Amino acid sequence: MSLDAPYIARAAKPGQFVQIRCNDSFEPLLRRPFSIHRVKGEGSRVKDIEILYEVVGKGTEILAGKKEGDFIDVLGPLGNGFILPRTTNHERRTTNSEPRAIIIAGGIGAAPLVYLAEELTKKKIKTIILIGAKTKNLILCEKDFKKATPEVYISTDDGTYGSQGFVSKLFHKILKTTESKFETIVYVCGPHGMLKCIVDICQERKFECHASLEEKMACGIGVCLGCAVKTKSGIKLACKDGPVFNASELIW
Amino acid sequence: MMKVKIGKIKLKNPVMTASGTFGYAKEFEKLVNLKHIGAIITKTITLNPRQGNPMPRICEASAGMLNAIGLQNEGIDNFLKEKMPYLSKIGAPIIVSISGNNIDEFFILARRLDKIKSISGIELNISCPNINCEGLVAQDTKETYEVVKAVRKITDKTIITKLSPNVTDIVGIAKAAENAGSDAVSLVNTFLGMAIDIDTRKPKLGNITGGLSGPCIKPIALRMVYEASKNINIPVIGIGGIMNANDAIEFMIAGATAIQVGTANFIKPGVCGKIVKGIEAYLKKHKIEKIEDIIGNLKI
Ligand SMILES: Cc1cc2nc3c(=O)[nH]c(=O)nc-3n(C[C@H](O)[C@H](O)[C@H](O)COP(=O)(O)OP(=O)(O)OC[C@H]3O[C@@H](n4cnc5c(N)ncnc54)[C@H](O)[C@@H]3O)c2cc1C
Ligand SMILES: Cc1cc2nc3c(=O)[nH]c(=O)nc-3n(C[C@H](O)[C@H](O)[C@H](O)COP(=O)(O)O)c2cc1C
Ligand code: FES
Repeated sequence: MSLDAPYIARAAKPGQFVQIRCNDSFEPLLRRPFSIHRVKGEGSRVKDIEILYEVVGKGTEILAGKKEGDFIDVLGPLGNGFILPRTTNHERRTTNSEPRAIIIAGGIGAAPLVYLAEELTKKKIKTIILIGAKTKNLILCEKDFKKATPEVYISTDDGTYGSQGFVSKLFHKILKTTESKFETIVYVCGPHGMLKCIVDICQERKFECHASLEEKMACGIGVCLGCAVKTKSGIKLACKDGPVFNASELIW
Repeated sequence: MMKVKIGKIKLKNPVMTASGTFGYAKEFEKLVNLKHIGAIITKTITLNPRQGNPMPRICEASAGMLNAIGLQNEGIDNFLKEKMPYLSKIGAPIIVSISGNNIDEFFILARRLDKIKSISGIELNISCPNINCEGLVAQDTKETYEVVKAVRKITDKTIITKLSPNVTDIVGIAKAAENAGSDAVSLVNTFLGMAIDIDTRKPKLGNITGGLSGPCIKPIALRMVYEASKNINIPVIGIGGIMNANDAIEFMIAGATAIQVGTANFIKPGVCGKIVKGIEAYLKKHKIEKIEDIIGNLKI
């Protein structure tokens, strides 16, 4: 879904999200959070944002019924967004090695990662993308990812497309076959179980890993304290301190 | 035209923010003109920091929401150091909500807040349903009386006692607060409720039960405000599912001197300002000079 929202589009960073009021009634009552999937346009002509969503309940059903020209109430951009490799330069252990980004998308978790892939390629950072899903027709954004980088690998749980198995298996395989002269940073978004697997692999390999989390949200602006996330430095909020967290900070 | 008075606090309008739904105001600085709000009530603080309840802490209900946050807060020391400097500069009366595990904790909290000039009042949250203790203070007339009395002894600041709707006799509790010297009562806090995921058969909240708020509770809250205000002589502050100016006016006609907006802040962050404007428009339309003229002015 594409939204004409110039203010949000200009202020947005990859990994941030918006809170959408699906309709004006009390059913559903709360806003629904969606990642900013892409920002369209260049420079001062940037004005549209896109969201990519899966219909799972009341709110998303209503969104699916919207027509071109309809107005909807959108609050954003919210949250912190992904930290791109350049800005973490000073933290790098071996400063002389080149950065390499590995993006791992699980199912609808692809939504925030296309925008990230586009920004990474703009910054000329070598990027590898892994997409995983249950089955072939749930593999999302393959074309968009391929526009950003040629190195796109796919796996499905049932083997109907790409290699068979979880995306974590594919991740293992890719790590074995690619060179390791790079300073690797992993960006991951997807279902809870998959996040955990990927984060564990990253910890073993001592890769910096940034995970985008989904928590139930009410306000989206850090006041209701509904979206708590346990971290090593205490309780944090997914909407304000996240949704992207450095995986080494998280307590699972 | 819109002025009302709660205890010693003069409000430029009757619209306040409900505790726990407006953070410590700074979060809303870009979304609302904070100066135009009648009074700001901050998230309940406790003596020591509290981690709050396990996740998930919120879920949606029909025309409402359930929450079981569990009074997560950083404790009074951090509040005074980190939040108070900003709050002092806003230019709207600041009312600090406090809660304690026992009378002593309420007393200590109130004694510390009493010394701070920029705090206009204290709201006693004796009605949070999400903390793990046997019954609420606000479910017992004697305990309500004692907590309010203890705080009254230590401060001359305006005291608002926040009542729970999870009682059989709201009037009895409201009277206990009045007799102990409370300047006003605010009601209601959330209704105890729960929700279950039928596929997993698990409760939808980590705490199993939680507090129900939002439009679905309005008729019950309105009835309770009506009953309480008829039977006590201190101001009643109406809370419960207020989403717009019409809802706010309804509560005032039922007997509320002021109102608090809760869940609506999550859905429309600018709603408090809109409610103020809407009440003004209503007064003009009906040629009512002072808002006081509608308070409790129910035609039966
Ligand atoms: C920061 C963030 C970014 C997100 N980005 C996207 C995105 O880009 N695309 C997308 O399709 N979805 C995204 N989600 C999930 C999306 O918010 C939910 O799918 C949506 O709120 C469901 O609304 P509903 O009314 O259709 O479903 P409901 O009827 O409310 O619920 C249906 C199902 O969705 C789950 N759900 C409800 N609310 C949330 C929530 N806030 N987070 C996770 N699950 C929820 C429920 O547990 C239930 O199983 C994101 C969530 C967060 C927190
Ligand atoms: C997420 C959430 C957190 C809350 N936290 C507090 C709190 O810390 N202290 C308190 O007195 N009330 C708290 N409340 C209750 C509200 O202040 C208010 O009494 C209640 O939500 C009913 O009003 P509403 O229907 O307008 O939301 C909270 C409510 C919600 C929804
Ligand atoms: S959603 Fe309300 S604090 Fe994060």
